[in-house]
Amino acid sequence: MNSAIVFYLIGLIVKVEAALLLVPTAISVIYKDGVTAEFLLSAAIAYLVGWLLSRKKPTDSTMYAREGFTVVALVWIILSAIGALPFYISREIPSYLDCLFEVVSGFTTTGASILTEVESMSPGLLFWRSFTHWVGGMGVLVFAMAILPMADKRAMHLMRAEVPGPIVGKLAPKLHDTAKILYLIYIGLTVTQFILLMLGGMPAFDSAIHAFGTAGTGGFSCKNASIAAYDSAYIHWVITIFMALFGVNFNIYYYLLMKNFRSAFKNEELWWYFGIMAAASLAIAVNIMPMIGSFGSSLRYSAFQVSTIMTTTGFATADFHMWPTFSKGLLVLLMFIGASAGSTGGGLKVSRLLIIGKAAKNEIKRMLHPRVVTAVSMDGKPVGEGTASGAFMYLAIYVFIAAASVMVLTLDGYDLETTFTAMTACLNNIGPGLNLVGPTGNYSFFSPLSKIVLILDMLLGRLEIFPLILGLAIPMPRRGKAKNK
Amino acid sequence: MRIIIVGNGKVGNTLAEQLSGEGHDIVIIDRSQQNIDNLVNSLDVMGICGNGASYRVLIEAEVSRADLLIACTSQDEVNLLCCLVAKKLGARHTIARVRNPEYSDQLVFMRDELGLSMSINPERVAAAELFKILRFPSAIKIETFSGNRVELADVKLREGSPLDGIYLRYLSKIYKGNALICAVRRENKTIIPDGNFMLKAGDKISVIAPAGDMLNFFAALGAVLPEAKNVMIIGGGRISFYLSRMLLDNGVHVKIIDVDPSRCDDLVRLLPGAMVICGDGTDQELLDEEGIRDMDAVIALTGVDEENIILSLYAQTKIEGKVITKVNRSTLMNIAETTGLDSIVSPRVLTANLIVRYVRAMQNSLGSNIETLHRVAGGEAEALEFRVGKSFPMLGVPLKALSLKPGILIASISRDGKTIIPGGRDAIMADDRVVVISTADSRFEDLSEILQKGQHAI
Repeated sequence: MNSAIVFYLIGLIVKVEAALLLVPTAISVIYKDGVTAEFLLSAAIAYLVGWLLSRKKPTDSTMYAREGFTVVALVWIILSAIGALPFYISREIPSYLDCLFEVVSGFTTTGASILTEVESMSPGLLFWRSFTHWVGGMGVLVFAMAILPMADKRAMHLMRAEVPGPIVGKLAPKLHDTAKILYLIYIGLTVTQFILLMLGGMPAFDSAIHAFGTAGTGGFSCKNASIAAYDSAYIHWVITIFMALFGVNFNIYYYLLMKNFRSAFKNEELWWYFGIMAAASLAIAVNIMPMIGSFGSSLRYSAFQVSTIMTTTGFATADFHMWPTFSKGLLVLLMFIGASAGSTGGGLKVSRLLIIGKAAKNEIKRMLHPRVVTAVSMDGKPVGEGTASGAFMYLAIYVFIAAASVMVLTLDGYDLETTFTAMTACLNNIGPGLNLVGPTGNYSFFSPLSKIVLILDMLLGRLEIFPLILGLAIPMPRRGKAKNK
Repeated sequence: MRIIIVGNGKVGNTLAEQLSGEGHDIVIIDRSQQNIDNLVNSLDVMGICGNGASYRVLIEAEVSRADLLIACTSQDEVNLLCCLVAKKLGARHTIARVRNPEYSDQLVFMRDELGLSMSINPERVAAAELFKILRFPSAIKIETFSGNRVELADVKLREGSPLDGIYLRYLSKIYKGNALICAVRRENKTIIPDGNFMLKAGDKISVIAPAGDMLNFFAALGAVLPEAKNVMIIGGGRISFYLSRMLLDNGVHVKIIDVDPSRCDDLVRLLPGAMVICGDGTDQELLDEEGIRDMDAVIALTGVDEENIILSLYAQTKIEGKVITKVNRSTLMNIAETTGLDSIVSPRVLTANLIVRYVRAMQNSLGSNIETLHRVAGGEAEALEFRVGKSFPMLGVPLKALSLKPGILIASISRDGKTIIPGGRDAIMADDRVVVISTADSRFEDLSEILQKGQHAI
């Protein structure tokens, strides 16, 4: 493996993080919250680490799939480790493991928190927590690709490892331009939402926090009660709609911008995504109407909760743990389905499930007609054999990891609903689950072992399993072999 | 520029690699998904799976924004249709690979009526290159600049050459005319030499000289091979046909060996002047029997690269003259070079180079002022020809006062129909054509970029 390029790239991106840490530093200066020095120290450490790693420009910059996976896996781990520093240095979260949990939850856009009380945190730290959502949503490496000239022609491996979904395509011939387009759309949507929230009477700081949380489909709020703290139907609807928008494949927005409406509306995943969302919202609205009263407000609550869960954001306007079992069951189902490929959301992804469904249908047809020739197609185009079997394999490994995580979590002895939904909420990057980890609860009570498992689940979910496993596991045995030569 | 390449075959692949390396936006269309996947993994290009001649696929590739479409699938008809559709959809320029000789007569019609900017026949291009080498067999290959007034030749120094062991500053004692050794390739490294560089046997040197002087230079080296009069071609494919026709027209005796009887029949009918032998060209006995010893040149043009390499190695032991090998796969080209074969011709690379040159010319109209570009010394160095504009900051300044970036050499200056190999006292004037040799990684768009930073401002 070409470890020189791996270190160099990681160093480069850690330096980018150092620059990103200056944003909350500025906020901290504005609010005079007393953690400015802590932020500057963290930024300095990040820069030092980045400088040490990227000091030598590698002579050979070829990168294959293995280097790509390793870079992505290590970058996410190192970024989280450094991103946790401001919390730790400022002692606002005393245990480093908790800081790490919080920041991994931020970068992976999960939104699961170990904090019982967020409103007393310094504004700078709150901002940093939500800013990690925004950065992690579209991807740190994609961000780096957009701003740094990555000359390597094989950098596609990096993008594929970081952007979620079974098929990752380019929007422009050059990766640099593709990344730039994605980030411009991302910034455009975030700013629009920020302005709309301000117009709804939300303070500027809160608007920024919630715009970041929505954009990255993260879910950290600056209020203990999350969005329920704002008693405004307008704000609820704005956030509902924007969460849904950030769960759409960003390629669709590019098509719309290019006035290529045919490609945009031909997209099967888009129709299924909105179809499932609308159907679930209606079903839950009817189900909870006896509790709430009017159909209008029960639709508002159900649409918000469906949107927040399906896009794996994790805000809340209602404690859905108190809802009827049917509604809870449906929400847990939506947790697994997740958002669209190529969006900032997590979960299994609608398109992957569509491919699995279509392939399964073909297999069933084959039982009746053993010689039948079939092909899975999406958007009117056949998908490769590898894509379909890849989706099945992903599902299988996903189930193994889910089962193993739940088994470890059960050691803590909490009830099954809490244990199961804690894993579900972390692996799918949602945030709140049910019961103890529900919208009103948090993750602080878990044992350190469980927290480590949940941290891994969050990273596995965000990077879609393979980059993390391949990036960390494969290089080890190879190294031994190389020595034998 | 935005360039669409249809067909990811040998030529398409080479083009995508070269053009994306030069910073163009490349979209490549191919029927095979796997092919596309491999390409997208190894190059920063966009891939689309589909039939490049279909309206839907071309729309998806946003052909209306394309500056150039290059159709190089294996089928002429698909290529032509593809260019036709693309042109109607708004592509600015189209290039088609058309290899069937039946269509070659109607090229002018196609250009004028179908709006085709250029059509390329790889086999004919290769044959033309081979012909050029045979006319001037002393050099490995030869390129021209400034409307044929300047020539750049690659030549390998053999044991006992008068240049063996000579420091370059003493070159003038051996050869008094106009010539400059501008690049040396030794042990897979390319060096731009200075006066303290000592030449050794086995070096491949690139020499630049005014057109008339090149032969004198070779004469001084004692390395002149006579123009080939008896040529043996092994393999009777399309290149062989085109080449034989050119050679026969110039009164060269051609002997073609091919293993396929029906192809031999065709060749006899198409090329009445040639001697066609039906037999296995890899059979050494046959080659000896057909008098390989008496040949001025042997050209291995069978369809199998490995056979060509082995054949050429055998031929080199038998004859004094020129041995040329056709090799298509790029990995084998490097291996062939290390075995000591010097003249290697690849239709794929030649075709790609021709198209790249066309793209460069298109770019000129968009601001860059490179006139021609040749790869020298095994592709590691570039020879770039610029036309000097009025904006060049160091007009009239003697060259010795210029501080150039490392790895840059000003190799020739052509002015008013005369070419000089410049010394320190010569200067660059407006409207000159200047050939610059560069081993630098960075690309130059303008002559002023060869100067060290800081000299721009003066």
